[in-house]
Amino acid sequence: MFPASLFTEQASMTSAVAILPSQQLAALNETYRKAVARRRWRVLLGAAVFAAALVIAAFGAEVNLKTFFTYLGNFASYFDRILKLDDGSRVWTNLPEWFWGWQKWLRMLGETLLISYVGTLIGTVLAFVLNFFAAENTSPSNWLRFVVRRLMEFARTVPGIVFALIFVIAFGLGPMAGVLAVAIHSTGALGKQFSEIVENAEMKPVEGVRSTGAGWISCMRFAVLPQVIAGYASYALLRFEINVRESSVMGFVGAGGIGQELVVAIRKFYYSDVSAILVMIVVTVFIIDITTGWLRGRLFGKDART
Amino acid sequence: MSQLPKHDHVQLRAKYPDIFERPASARLATPVVALAAFAVFIFGLVDLGFSPTRFVTGLRELGWITMMMIPPDPGSSLPLYLKSLGETLSIALLGTTIAALLALPVSLMAARNIIPSSLLRFPVRRFFDSIRGVDTLIWALVWINVVGLGPFAGVLAIAVSDFGAFGKLFSEAIEAADQKEVEGIRASGGSALHEIRFGLMPQVLPVIAGQVLYFIESNTRSASIIGIVGAGGIGLQLAEQIRVLEWQKVSFLVLMILVAVAAIDFISGKLRFAIIGRRAVA
Repeated sequence: MFPASLFTEQASMTSAVAILPSQQLAALNETYRKAVARRRWRVLLGAAVFAAALVIAAFGAEVNLKTFFTYLGNFASYFDRILKLDDGSRVWTNLPEWFWGWQKWLRMLGETLLISYVGTLIGTVLAFVLNFFAAENTSPSNWLRFVVRRLMEFARTVPGIVFALIFVIAFGLGPMAGVLAVAIHSTGALGKQFSEIVENAEMKPVEGVRSTGAGWISCMRFAVLPQVIAGYASYALLRFEINVRESSVMGFVGAGGIGQELVVAIRKFYYSDVSAILVMIVVTVFIIDITTGWLRGRLFGKDART
Repeated sequence: MSQLPKHDHVQLRAKYPDIFERPASARLATPVVALAAFAVFIFGLVDLGFSPTRFVTGLRELGWITMMMIPPDPGSSLPLYLKSLGETLSIALLGTTIAALLALPVSLMAARNIIPSSLLRFPVRRFFDSIRGVDTLIWALVWINVVGLGPFAGVLAIAVSDFGAFGKLFSEAIEAADQKEVEGIRASGGSALHEIRFGLMPQVLPVIAGQVLYFIESNTRSASIIGIVGAGGIGLQLAEQIRVLEWQKVSFLVLMILVAVAAIDFISGKLRFAIIGRRAVA
């Protein structure tokens, strides 16, 4: 939004620009002011509605600013405490003491990575099988598309950890429940993304293959798949990245991985353990992000990196 | 149709050796990678304790649970559940808003066209990345230690973890903005703040608004689970009912979450279209 007097200022400042006759200028300024006023009014109205929603939400979420400011110091001191060893010295002064359990934690981190790897792979395969039925241009029948789409919607809207909670009861405690939860959630999310790629694919190759008398499966294999496979791999790698983060908390509900160790450390106030495990998780996530980013860049060029 | 003359094949082969005689390393790459991926997969299955018997018993159990879930029935706790759902929506809205307000100024410091020095930008970026590397549920546990059990801890958890995500997204949006408008402001004598306010913000704000709306939707999902660790919202009820095996109530709660997410999705989609136009949905 420029100042409303822009036209006059500009006209008086620069002599090179032809000065508009004053009536024309007045009319222009008037129109500009009107347009701006209408927009301002609309923005103001939107802001008011939004603020009202926030106030209602603040009551709903029992926001208590007094508690917040009393305890805000606790947040800082919490980080102060998790960065101290039992003897009161800073954690980084004594690395072996800080990472005393690194062997156990590394093994649990490895389990977390395996959970997300196996889960992502199962999810990718299932999404691969299902997505051709869900895409508008390749689905053999309408009702099949409807059913598959609703199934995938269900699988990705229910949070992974809710599946994990239920699977822990069905399959017993342990990483198996985590893997299946990750797999189901990935199937839903990837299925949607995959089918969107297929919907953007060129249909002329399909016509070409069909004209030779090929069936539906051959059409998918020889006409659609070569166009979409790179996009699939890119999305699957991205999903793996997301799943590493998600499986780091699967242990909270007993579904395996590093989360188990972390929740025990947080709940029992083993302060330096909390920071050690958090550092290990963050570093692992960094490494995975950088590796998959690099891999996607190598495989599919710079565009696929974001 | 006529066949290609014989000598054309020879010529073609000579002309494109990369296609006709690919080196063994290139031809073997795909199967080797596929085999390695499969080997890791099998190792994972074994290491994580998968067994066919366990899987089949689990599936049978799961089938039984599904049968128990039908029909969904809230019992007499419907008012309580509706209140929890309201709490969840409040957590999502407040958390996202706080995160966006905090992230906007900081994201300027991570954008290449505002801070040209990579020495200054780098720590801000890594800071955002480390926050993003920690899951919302972990932040919820930390905040519970600070402000106690309840939805307020959930709001703060969502605010912090989204702060990291927004910082990255906003700075990318700022970097993608057209420099010409900024140069225009500078040419007419505007200060650095004028450049940001009149040159950058009009381009960036609609994109940011779209992202915030999208996050409100995805945070409805996150807010519905942070109750599992005690940070308020419908997740608390859900985890409790799963623990006591009240499957009809569980399925009702899941349905409530699905409906709420769908409703928020619908509303935020409409608003996004209104703000940025149908074209720029992604």
